[in-house]
Amino acid sequence: MSIALTMFVGFVALTLLITFWAARKNTGASAYFAAGRSITGWQNGLAVAGDYMSAASFLGISGAICLSGYDGFMYSVGFLVAYITVLLIVAEPLRNAGKYTMADLLAYRLSPRPVRAMASLSTLTVSTFYMIAQMVGAGVIIEKLIGASFHTAVIGVGVLMLVYVVFGGMLATTWVQIIKAILLMIGAFMLSVLVLKHHGYSLGAFFDSVTAATYAGTEAPKNLLEPGLKYGPAVAGPWGSLDFISLSIALVLGTAGLPHILVRFYTVPDAKTARSSVVWAMAIIGLFYILTTFFGFGAATILQKAQILSDGKPNPNMVAPALAQHLGGELFFAFISAVAFATILAVVAGLTMSASASFAHDFYTNVIHHGKEHRPGEEVRVARITAFVVGAVSIGLAIYLGPSVNAAFLVGLAFAVAASANLPVIVLSVFWKRFNTTGAVAGLGVGLGSSIVLILLSPNGLFGKAGAVFPLENPGIISIPLGFLAAWLGTVLTARDPAAEAKFAELKVRAHTGLGAEKAVAH
Amino acid sequence: MSEKSPVNWDELEAKPEFRSLLGRKARFIVSATIFFMSYYLALPILVGYFPDLMKKQVLGKVNIAYVFALSQFLMAWIIAFIYVRKASRWDKEAAEVIKGHH
Repeated sequence: MSIALTMFVGFVALTLLITFWAARKNTGASAYFAAGRSITGWQNGLAVAGDYMSAASFLGISGAICLSGYDGFMYSVGFLVAYITVLLIVAEPLRNAGKYTMADLLAYRLSPRPVRAMASLSTLTVSTFYMIAQMVGAGVIIEKLIGASFHTAVIGVGVLMLVYVVFGGMLATTWVQIIKAILLMIGAFMLSVLVLKHHGYSLGAFFDSVTAATYAGTEAPKNLLEPGLKYGPAVAGPWGSLDFISLSIALVLGTAGLPHILVRFYTVPDAKTARSSVVWAMAIIGLFYILTTFFGFGAATILQKAQILSDGKPNPNMVAPALAQHLGGELFFAFISAVAFATILAVVAGLTMSASASFAHDFYTNVIHHGKEHRPGEEVRVARITAFVVGAVSIGLAIYLGPSVNAAFLVGLAFAVAASANLPVIVLSVFWKRFNTTGAVAGLGVGLGSSIVLILLSPNGLFGKAGAVFPLENPGIISIPLGFLAAWLGTVLTARDPAAEAKFAELKVRAHTGLGAEKAVAH
Repeated sequence: MSEKSPVNWDELEAKPEFRSLLGRKARFIVSATIFFMSYYLALPILVGYFPDLMKKQVLGKVNIAYVFALSQFLMAWIIAFIYVRKASRWDKEAAEVIKGHH
């Protein structure tokens, strides 16, 4: 117990030191929101990886693979392949044409106020979904590790995250991500080696036992490499396969619409560095998700059901820490828990950062005050206040939902919302000259609204499994095309916007050459 | 941070070098996107509708489904590699287009 506490305290102390260092360097909005655009390619690659490999990746995916086998592994595949969309379509134009938020790119040639208002709403929604997943994961770990109650744990995480964001801004948040990404990779690697050691360092023996695993002790041995344990027709009914496809689509298209990932590309000096940071991130993230094979499937071959119970039910979020405890004893368990805790703190800080930046920059400055700051530093001050509000709301929701919601599942929904609302308008504003303000507002609104309504009507929604109006758990396959359709219809059914079309040439030149892009601030 | 002389964006956009660069870039992005989306979506579709094929064991007890899933990682890395190589050539061409405006 005391070892675990020491590690927790050590990590927290280190990150607080970084925060105070960053707080001294935070002079002005570009420093606060974009770390002065001074982060290098590999640093940002690690930070993107850190922002991305959340509680959902580590706790959620290992749980999903342990309990649903191959179907859970789809998260790992989709989470990586998604980066091709980021690399090819989004990262460089965004860096070249924007300033602090995703909406900057959209507002470039469209009417800024309605577009920013909608984009800000969608950013806050996606961030909140994502954040709840992280908070729930944090609560579970701390509860198990130091015996603090779920409530205390969630509140503790919330307060710490606020310190990073409010005082340290993007610079502190970036360095917390980098350290956490390194710790997480070390933890994942050690856990995988221990699983292989358990199987006599033989890949053959490992896969043999995965194909006859006892499914965390719940049932007769099953072949976990076979698809269908969660989405197969025998388990999920006739809609299962379609649900699996829907989830896959949401995963691969969602990343390019995640606000906290997109803002990372503003922290580097130019588009070329943004590109190289995506490549770094893809290398790190890909390796991590391949390793989920070992600690996900491996957990099912090693753990017993009793080891992952919380409140009498198998808790998917407990799989990774329980596996660490079983294979490596208390010390390793403490390390893995501290890593998971670090992961969550860092991701929550990143989410709060992007949500509050969007509110302050898009909504407060540009929508309410027509793009003018009344007093210098006002935008940063509003962002800090927003961070408090976002933090409090997520703490409340996480406590309300309780400890056993699967973090990967919640994040899957956040991806669906991001892919339906944000991606269509980002793509169309960069590639379609005719695209206008009504189209953008319609795309954002319909994408956001339809994905949320479908989630509420789904088997996990308001009416439970029996009363579900919409048969799929993940709305992506319907709501993403709807987002595109609405953006297109909204454009072609309304008058052409000559001002927006005239600015398309400028956007193209800026996006593809970097001319006139925001420069790094010299320190 | 602002440019020294006002930039004529339309003139830059109309340059044949820029048009040609953008055309080649768009062609690559569109074809790469169609390829990776098809390759990626083939996985859940085959898994959902041809489960018996995907359950076939090919490497010891490792089945096609898992091998196909692993190949997605390789596919993503290869596309990223090709893109980065092409993009560094495009960077030079883009710098030519805006020469004199920096």
